[in-house]
Amino acid sequence: MLRLQGISKIYKVGDSEFYALRKINLEVGEADFVSIMGPSGSGKSTMMNILGCLDKPSEGEYLLDGVNVSVLTSNELAELRNRKIGFVFQGFNLLPRTTALENVELPLLYAGVKTRERRQRALEALELVGLSSRVNHRLKELSGGQQQRVAIARALVNKPKIILADEPTGNLDSQTSEEIMAILQSLHEAGSTILLVTHETDIALYTRRIIRFLDGQISGDEQIIAPHIARAHVVGEKGAAS
Amino acid sequence: MNLWESIRVSLRALRANKMRSILTMLGIIIGVGAVVAMVGIGNGASASITSQIQGLGSNLLVVTPGQSNTGGVMGGSGSASTLLLSDVAKIKTAASAVKALAPAVSTRVQVVYASGNTSTSVTGTTAEYAQIRNVSLEQGRFLTQADIDDGSVRVAILGPSVVENLLGSSQADILGKVIKLNNVPFLVVGVTASQGSSGMLNNDDVIYVPLNTAQNRLIGKKNLNQIYIEAASADLMVTAQEQVTAALRRAHQLGTGQENDFTVTNQADILSTMETVTQTMTLLLGGIAGISLLVGGIGIMNIMLVSVTERTREIGIRKAMGAKGKDILLQFLIEAIVLSVLGGSIGIGLGAGGSELAGSLLKMDTSISGPSIALAFGFSALIGIIFGVFPARKAALMNPIDALRYE
Repeated sequence: MLRLQGISKIYKVGDSEFYALRKINLEVGEADFVSIMGPSGSGKSTMMNILGCLDKPSEGEYLLDGVNVSVLTSNELAELRNRKIGFVFQGFNLLPRTTALENVELPLLYAGVKTRERRQRALEALELVGLSSRVNHRLKELSGGQQQRVAIARALVNKPKIILADEPTGNLDSQTSEEIMAILQSLHEAGSTILLVTHETDIALYTRRIIRFLDGQISGDEQIIAPHIARAHVVGEKGAAS
Repeated sequence: MNLWESIRVSLRALRANKMRSILTMLGIIIGVGAVVAMVGIGNGASASITSQIQGLGSNLLVVTPGQSNTGGVMGGSGSASTLLLSDVAKIKTAASAVKALAPAVSTRVQVVYASGNTSTSVTGTTAEYAQIRNVSLEQGRFLTQADIDDGSVRVAILGPSVVENLLGSSQADILGKVIKLNNVPFLVVGVTASQGSSGMLNNDDVIYVPLNTAQNRLIGKKNLNQIYIEAASADLMVTAQEQVTAALRRAHQLGTGQENDFTVTNQADILSTMETVTQTMTLLLGGIAGISLLVGGIGIMNIMLVSVTERTREIGIRKAMGAKGKDILLQFLIEAIVLSVLGGSIGIGLGAGGSELAGSLLKMDTSISGPSIALAFGFSALIGIIFGVFPARKAALMNPIDALRYE
């Protein structure tokens, strides 16, 4: 699914070079659920940006679904992001002053999906995250947890190969965090490949594999035999009301 | 993403910032409105001046005396007293291309009738004047050859404005009454039809009396102020002008090398001079308005630049979701074009209304021409594109990761 070979990201500060990532080799298989952990500045966000084709590595080769991403133009990258990657950000990154539905429709808009189908698919995605009753609410009328669920709906509406979540629970309380993890777990069970960045072990324990970063290098990679199960009952209309 | 979707996204963004959109449009509204109104008023003024000059009479030449020169001090044009009644007879015999001619003197008089009292201009002339200057009668008659031959008969023909100023209504009955011009009693024998009293040339606020009577009883001088000449046809205007000039030079005994002590003005000359003046005025006003349009365009660019910076995050989100540079470019460009075109349309409406209002207030015709509207509209769309491209390109070229990180 994902293969990184000798990936480095180098920032030039004055005359000196700073390695945000140093010769990373990594492979993530189909339908895996991976959490990336590490202290601030360890390179995990840079890693996510490169995985999401938002940023280009300085060195190395990145194969996404068999395609060498390093050689693509910015337009091709935009198309790739649109078709294969779903993003969930810590700060939600939803468009202000618009409704939940309009936000979820956004990737479909750029994919050129017709209005009616777009609406249908956006509604399905919102139902999946338990927000059917909030589709026409404006963002400021939604709670943090609900906004993050809109963001997840947006990430999965295009049926991407991989969902990248950069600290999706960073701004949420523990109960809401668990709700979000429950949604991600159910997506994983349905067959999605999910990578999420977090620095909370509690959150990481809901996933199947933990990769640890330190100073731009991978310092640990372990499988979780018995992941925690997030309370699934919050998904659905009842969860939406909470 | 197709164009229609881009337009919808842009419109949604503009609606989300109503106040800012309206304020931005204001610059274009004022600019386009000013251009349309100014050009409309200018065209109207030009048309009304043209029709006034043509209304003075057809194939008209006007002879006026030259400048006086008293001890080296030059007087104004027409101030010399070189034009005499004897010149008229000489022109008549010498100039074959002349169909009719009417000598004229004029002065200002105080007019009194009953309790009415007004100041107006009196023109002393001959019977031919009516034909040459297109004067028609509402009531009574104009001057006749008998009036002129008599030499001292005190009859007057009033313009409708004079009647209105004296009696309060231009329809009032004054025919056969005696009015006093500078305390000299005159019998009113006619009232002229209105020739339109607009602008600086008011042909209705005038009194006509016989030439000799005016010279003897009102002015006390024998020189003429004008000789109005009608050429036999439009083709013969230049010939007539040359013949009249030659006849007058002979009459005034001017040798070769001496300058004319009179001026022969061709109606076409007056027309083209006035047209040049009004065109220059229109151009000037249009130019000033055009500058405000430019300022409005820069206002759009300014707001769009601010908008791009303010919405950096939005651009980042859109790019992360798969928007290409082209999609972002189109979105911001369409926003700029919608602002300018919408502003331009409102401006055209306001400009047309404004020039209509100015026209009715100043009692003149204004004409909003199709080309000026098309020009203003096209120009405002162009401004939207020109001043929209720069900010839109800036947005389109943003790096998604930098845009997403932007706080």
